[in-house]
Amino acid sequence: MSTSYNNETDSTSSERRTKKYRSFSLSPSVNDESSCGASACGSAESESCGISIPKGEVSRRNLLKLIGKGAAATVAAGVGVELLTYRAYAQSGSTTTPNGLGTNGNMTPGMAAAMADPAAPPDHQWAMVIDLRNCDGCGSCTAACQKAHYLTPDQTWIKVFSMANNDGQTYHMPRPCMQCEDPPCLHVCPVEATFRTDQGVVLVNQDRCIGCRMCMAACPYEARYFNWTADVQYPTTPIPPTPQAPIPQKLGTVGKCTFCVGNLNNGLLSECASGCPMGAIYNADLKTDVAVNGLGSTVKLSTFLYNNDAVTFYPEQNTHPRVWYIVGHGQNLDTNSTTA
Amino acid sequence: MDKNSPIPPRDDNYSDTESAWAVDVREAATRGMTQKASRKWWLAIALLSLMVLAGVYAWYYQLKHGMASAGYNDQAFWAVYIADVIAFIGVSYGGAVISAILRLTGQSWRAPLTRIAEGMALATVIVGAMFIFPHLGRPERFMNIVYYANWSSPLVWDFLAIMTYTVATIIFFYIPLIPDLAIVNRHLGSSNSPMRRKIYSALSLNWMGNKRQRRLLHGSLTLISLVIIPLAVSVHSVLSWAFALTSRPGWAETVFPPYFVIAALYSGTALVIVTAAAFRSGYKLQRFITQRHFVRIGYLMAALGLVYLYLTFADMATEGYTGITTGWITQTITGRYAIPFWIYVLFGELIPIVVVAVKKFRNIKGLTFAAGGVVVALWIKRLVIVLPPATQPLIGSYWGAYHFTWVSITITLAGVAAVPLILMVMFRLIPILSIEEMEEAGPIGSIEQISDKTEKYQDTLLAGGRNLEHVKQKTPSAGLQMSGVDPISPQTTPALAVNPNVNTGGFSINPGEIR
Repeated sequence: MSTSYNNETDSTSSERRTKKYRSFSLSPSVNDESSCGASACGSAESESCGISIPKGEVSRRNLLKLIGKGAAATVAAGVGVELLTYRAYAQSGSTTTPNGLGTNGNMTPGMAAAMADPAAPPDHQWAMVIDLRNCDGCGSCTAACQKAHYLTPDQTWIKVFSMANNDGQTYHMPRPCMQCEDPPCLHVCPVEATFRTDQGVVLVNQDRCIGCRMCMAACPYEARYFNWTADVQYPTTPIPPTPQAPIPQKLGTVGKCTFCVGNLNNGLLSECASGCPMGAIYNADLKTDVAVNGLGSTVKLSTFLYNNDAVTFYPEQNTHPRVWYIVGHGQNLDTNSTTA
Repeated sequence: MDKNSPIPPRDDNYSDTESAWAVDVREAATRGMTQKASRKWWLAIALLSLMVLAGVYAWYYQLKHGMASAGYNDQAFWAVYIADVIAFIGVSYGGAVISAILRLTGQSWRAPLTRIAEGMALATVIVGAMFIFPHLGRPERFMNIVYYANWSSPLVWDFLAIMTYTVATIIFFYIPLIPDLAIVNRHLGSSNSPMRRKIYSALSLNWMGNKRQRRLLHGSLTLISLVIIPLAVSVHSVLSWAFALTSRPGWAETVFPPYFVIAALYSGTALVIVTAAAFRSGYKLQRFITQRHFVRIGYLMAALGLVYLYLTFADMATEGYTGITTGWITQTITGRYAIPFWIYVLFGELIPIVVVAVKKFRNIKGLTFAAGGVVVALWIKRLVIVLPPATQPLIGSYWGAYHFTWVSITITLAGVAAVPLILMVMFRLIPILSIEEMEEAGPIGSIEQISDKTEKYQDTLLAGGRNLEHVKQKTPSAGLQMSGVDPISPQTTPALAVNPNVNTGGFSINPGEIR
């Protein structure tokens, strides 16, 4: 579990965050965007918090500041951080997206502020825990997801696979996008339409995607779904589609699980988690070390994962997924044992 | 060199005595430009244009209704169009490299084939690059690859490699054309429209055929021939990496770059044979393109075919033996993709090898049939490379499937039709034979009119010019018997055989001297 979120050494800032994650709940009043806010986490405050900037970070920081300013001013796509690759970010411990850009012209004030000042890391690093011991394969998560995102029946952003365990009995495994920390889809996208937000969520800019489907070839989890057909009925929405909420999706571009990051940032659970009647799906935050499921049980993420021997899917791919599975006795995530 | 040559260096106004050979070459090369198009030609153009237009309509339909109309789905996300891209750019590579390698190795017999091979390379690379557009879900955003290029993506390398290769192919096609256009302008004279003449003289860059220009031409031709070979290797390696750099079993193979390069060469040599056979009969070039040309390229094709068979085996053997990820192999050999795969084995490997190996079949008809089979089989093979790993389940055991629809078939057929369409129009506008190269190579160098049986007479000819009488008498009949060509006109044969002042691609034969 090499992750890039665990990089704060400063006690003041962790204290500040500790307070916040204690108040993490389903209540919309704990809106991270309003509380962490662009102004509150401005550079001045962070400097005063005494966050140490490691040597060699200065240039990156300045560069990002510059880009952040530019992005905030123009909110235009196209000012990518080509010079800096994702790996450099991961190694430097930053949680900023390598793309340097949040969304397509729909950057939230919080994101813009975070980019303007990388010393103020985002307040959440979203993750997920799926407790396979509780999953009965009912498919409610898929149905909820498809309903909320107006997906076609083929587009199973979260898909429940039936697997065979060691004694031949069936168990079920929901598979959302793994929100990899080192996503292959991001590396192979020729136009940087796939990007990773500073909250660790991999999203697709459907206004830039050229529909080459290289990401579908690269994803080891088959988590990407193309918009193949124009015969989809979408509601008329007052808000233009964003990478966080691609409704309506655009024909000829690729789509995938967004982690319902808009819900998460507004203190709500993702559609699949709230739609799961068994409470098998937990939305989690690495930063605050909390996981919450649809039945309202809240656990301490790190302890929960450790005590239950959580595993990631296809760890040999070195994608570092942010979705953990808790498998039951005799179960494993070996695909050779799958039945459907 | 030039001092020893019996042919005096040409001066600025081509006042050299045009040999009978040169006259014949010029006449044959400009045949398509001077003669009025036959009804058959117009009929073919109309039919091919109709096919292309149907493809354009199908593409419009696909854009409007989404790529599902072309049979795509989430488990068959790459299918026929990317196979088309690989297949078309692949055959282009064959044309270019055959021409380049034979030029670099000084094979003067290539001379009558180079223009056809290079024209084929140009037409197919254009059509192959065009297939990228139906492959994309959002073709109108194609330029995003330039604006937002992500250099870690193999597709950006692809874009760069294909563009560079296309430009190189155009240059490779254009440079040998420079002297030819000047010759054509002079040869056609007033029968050429003034507009055309202006364009030709502009494109021929004031070619006079003097020593300096000749040196420049040869230098640049050598250079572009040297450049285009590694360039083409890079294109096909990079194309293969679009597959091999994913984590999918069946695509993530170390053998893929050479696998793709050899497939390209193999199918390309095959299409050179098919194209040469078509234009040979269409333009009545039997005198210049003979059975021996076909046999030689046929040998090359068979050798490449064997290498490709070996690579196919090597690709499957390693994974098949370890048995870790064998789903795609089982599906290819015995499952869903078995029929196309064994069609490839039959038409792409067994038949061409038998045709080339058995003397009875090793003639123009047999080789053209085998080569046509290879071109189609290698397209099918590309589909078999693309589809099983794409449709295999990475989780679970549900195999996806690709189903052809009228849209994908029509668009693919449009590409198939576009290649002969481009070539047929092209050879109405430019000479079909590389006049300069053929004149330089001379009759013996370029056509080797003498067939297998009478090859020894050529040896005697080269050895000292004795027994010329034999050659004079036997050549036409032998040529007739072996390749079924038109009898060579009695006026030209003596000039062809006896003319002591022939220059075979670099070294001159002067019977008096060699003795």
